[in-house]
Amino acid sequence: MSTDRKARIATVSLAGCFGCHMAILDMDERLIDLMARVEFDRSPLNDLKRFTGRCDIGIVEGGCCNEENVHTLQEFRRNCDVLVALGQCAIMGGLPAMRNAIMHSDDPLRDCLDEAYLSSPYTRNLTNTVPNDPVLPLLLDRVYPCSEVVEIDLQIPGCAPSGDIIHDTLIALLDGKFRGFERTELRFD
Amino acid sequence: MVQSQTDIATPAEIEAICARFDDDPHRMLDILQEVQTRFRCVSPEVMEVVASATGLTRVAVDAVVSFYSFLSDAPKGRVTIRLCDDIVDRFSGLDAVIAAFEAELGIKVGQTSGDGAFSLEVTACIGMCDQAPAAMINDVVLTSLTAERVRDLVTQLKEGVDPGLLIGSRYYEKPPQDRIRDAVRNNIRRAGAVLLGPVPADSGLKKALQMRPEQVIDIIEDSGLRGCGGAGFPAGKKLRHATQNDSTRRFVFCNADEGEPGTFKDRVLLTERAHLMVEGMTVAARAIGAEEGLIYLRGEYTYMRDHILAVLDDRRARGLLGRNIMGMEGSHFDVRLQMGAGSYVCGEAGALISSCEGLPGEPKGRLPLPTERGYLGLPTVVNNVETFCHIARVMDRGAEWFRGMGTDTSPGTKLFSVSGDCLNPGIYELEYGLTLAELLDMAGAPEAAAVMVGGPSGTIIGREHFGRRLVFGDLPTGGAVMIFGPHRNILEIVDYYMGFFVHESCGYCTPCRVGNVFLHKAVQKIRAGQGKQADLDYIREYSATIMETSRCGLGQTSPNPILSTLKNFPLLYSAMLKGGGDRTQPTFDIQDAIEEARSIAQRRSYIFDRDFTQ
Amino acid sequence: MSGDSFTFTIDGVEVTATPGQTIMEAADAAGIYIPRLCDVEGLRHQGGCRVCTVKASGRSAAACTQPAAPDLVVDNETDHLNTMRRHLVEMLFQEGNHLCPVCEASGNCELQAMAYRLEMVEPFRFPGLEPCRPVDASHPDIALDTNRCISCGRCIRASADVDGKGIFGYVGRGIHRRVAVNGSDLAHTDADINDHAVSRQVCPVGCIIRKREGFSIPIGEREYDHGLIGDEGDSE
Repeated sequence: MSTDRKARIATVSLAGCFGCHMAILDMDERLIDLMARVEFDRSPLNDLKRFTGRCDIGIVEGGCCNEENVHTLQEFRRNCDVLVALGQCAIMGGLPAMRNAIMHSDDPLRDCLDEAYLSSPYTRNLTNTVPNDPVLPLLLDRVYPCSEVVEIDLQIPGCAPSGDIIHDTLIALLDGKFRGFERTELRFD
Repeated sequence: MVQSQTDIATPAEIEAICARFDDDPHRMLDILQEVQTRFRCVSPEVMEVVASATGLTRVAVDAVVSFYSFLSDAPKGRVTIRLCDDIVDRFSGLDAVIAAFEAELGIKVGQTSGDGAFSLEVTACIGMCDQAPAAMINDVVLTSLTAERVRDLVTQLKEGVDPGLLIGSRYYEKPPQDRIRDAVRNNIRRAGAVLLGPVPADSGLKKALQMRPEQVIDIIEDSGLRGCGGAGFPAGKKLRHATQNDSTRRFVFCNADEGEPGTFKDRVLLTERAHLMVEGMTVAARAIGAEEGLIYLRGEYTYMRDHILAVLDDRRARGLLGRNIMGMEGSHFDVRLQMGAGSYVCGEAGALISSCEGLPGEPKGRLPLPTERGYLGLPTVVNNVETFCHIARVMDRGAEWFRGMGTDTSPGTKLFSVSGDCLNPGIYELEYGLTLAELLDMAGAPEAAAVMVGGPSGTIIGREHFGRRLVFGDLPTGGAVMIFGPHRNILEIVDYYMGFFVHESCGYCTPCRVGNVFLHKAVQKIRAGQGKQADLDYIREYSATIMETSRCGLGQTSPNPILSTLKNFPLLYSAMLKGGGDRTQPTFDIQDAIEEARSIAQRRSYIFDRDFTQ
Repeated sequence: MSGDSFTFTIDGVEVTATPGQTIMEAADAAGIYIPRLCDVEGLRHQGGCRVCTVKASGRSAAACTQPAAPDLVVDNETDHLNTMRRHLVEMLFQEGNHLCPVCEASGNCELQAMAYRLEMVEPFRFPGLEPCRPVDASHPDIALDTNRCISCGRCIRASADVDGKGIFGYVGRGIHRRVAVNGSDLAHTDADINDHAVSRQVCPVGCIIRKREGFSIPIGEREYDHGLIGDEGDSE
């Protein structure tokens, strides 16, 4: 990556809890040094909602549970040179993917919605209906890890990944020196 | 599920069956097969009774029931139809046959009719590739099926006609050997000097009994005879191994579980040379000092059971089995028939022994060898049907005669099971050393575009390799030669056989149990035109791991259909690959993924669907 | 050291063994770690997971079942072997449901720890199989989630050989093979929370769950928070 311009980074949270974005902030004061080398394009961190140009690195938190996630992920793939899956949800579906395994029935999505909004003993839903506003994106049949929808170049594991591993990986990528993680740094939780 | 009264097993009936096998857990397979035949299932309640009679846990009995394809915990139909679903059957009109059965019976493959009369299933190769499509109806085998014939068969079966009478109205009046000859054609195309030509009865055994056991081993070793199951282990060396211990009890096992798809040579030997096979076993028993033998006959060959039992009875009556064989003081040997129950991996020696011990057919570790610690932990020689026939012949005619045929490293003759796209499918007994092209010429296959030698665990080669020789060291084979014409889709063949290995893996070790599933998915992805270069890399890496880390021969060879076609037909794969492009995953289909939600929400996708209202 | 002991090498280090010892037993006695999942101290060897695959004089073998032999040259920590071992661990992850963030075994899980040791971080190239077998929570103290089972068979051997009960067993063939219990469910077996088979050291993953004990150890203090699996002895 050339040194005469700042690297451009975009980030997004799909079907995740935003914890991985919080973890980005866990870089703490190292963020100041990092900002000297990068500028953020599309990202919830600066509330920029569209790409303003091609990015060097795209960081994706969360997997795909609805059509909007897919659309966004595809946009990231189109606009970023290196696409990074950040955290377990992006890597393998994470917590949202629990619905993949508990859906035994012939009509899994309907049963899932019924349980979430109508039939569960813990549900208190005064309208007794499943939300279906036109602005709600359609759910996918199951939750997909990012790598099943587009090619992913790099995965940073963790739930959430530590500020350290995010920092070290980004710096290594910017220096063009990423050679993998320290084994002792790896965490899937 | 409607059941007639007689179907429900009482504990007393189950206990009686167990008692007939001395409540011996090693006879679990016999017990369960008898229960299955009589009550058409082994229900959880029955497992409980069998467990307490044999001193096992119920889950241990369940392990056996759930391992073998021919045992089930849910009731099967009184008539169970198992269609052979090998690729050769598929290429010979299996689809139409299945459609006819489904239409006539009103059930789909995998189902049992509501009145409990019929079950319809598909099964892996039943050893009838030279007369495909074929099916087992209960124990009876029917071959060369057509949709028209199926309609007639089902009409008769519905009228209550016994499946055996579908072969001929006087089926049950005939001697067992005639019955199986009526049911299945031998298709012997070339008879050689050793096995299928004229064979004098028991003269090899007579000579062996006059020799010291070491002399018998010396002669077998000197003949250079190699095992005919595929691996080619020297037969004499195996016998010698089995004597190098101080055990007082040893076993001779005959592996009649030829399950390698495309192999049916043992079927013909069992039909025409069963005496020779038992003679060879008796010679081997003499050589290693064994008094107990066993023939493990694959469940698919149950139609030959009565024939084999008749041969054994006849030999006992004539003093060729039992005490003091041929009047020879102290020479005792008898043979028990063990039926398999639908599991390819049981053709592996260790798995075969596990199966005989009443366990799921899981291979043993590589060491110790069966000749050291085999059946019940005792020295056991396991040989193929063909190998035992050879042993008997070598004893009769001598090592030199045998070495005079074939090549230095592969002496003698070999039976080849030829099937697929050729004019003359069937059995060819030929001297080792001929080229594949010569065999194809005899079989009448000038159009052959690809040939699978040695079954799916062997290799698939193209025209440029037809000059290779059928010998150990070049193209080793247990005998299966499957011919595919230029109109066949090789990826379909690879896809089919990877599915076969997934189905037949015993599940004991990770690479074979799981790795093959993903190899199969990778092939299907490429076949669907969704593969990328990365998928080929993945196939190569995973194949290497599966072959290097698997516990037995199944996993060590299961990637062969893919690897040999990648090597020999590389263009086939590269033509199917999807180029780089937009770096999305071609396997992901957004329309499929939102279809369910669209129908629940009753609205279109505002992102991915066009608005037809404008 | 008995009179008929012999030596062989593992990665060039001379190791002493006695006749009948497996490569792994001799390696353990010498303080050399060979990665493993289905093998655990005190139980019969199974040789099923194949993670302990080594090269024994050039030939692949499972170290847990392969007998040591005089002058054997064993390779253990090589890139080639560790790549194959990583593939095997990947396969086990893909076979079951291993959502580490929601699993109470996380941090104490040998499968997860083995993935760390073998650097399993590449994107999976195929979707997992996502089994959805029902969880058996019938027993008052024990639950069983076989979707997390890696077929190591440790519970089966522990129950049969140590507890003398035979509560667990394999059923099914091939990819359908799974652990089952000796009864209609766990509550209808002799399983007891004090059985060795359900103790923490037997199930390497989160398949056998001891109720009311989950998440009791805080993150940072769990077994594999302190270092790589297999390296525990190194600091001593």
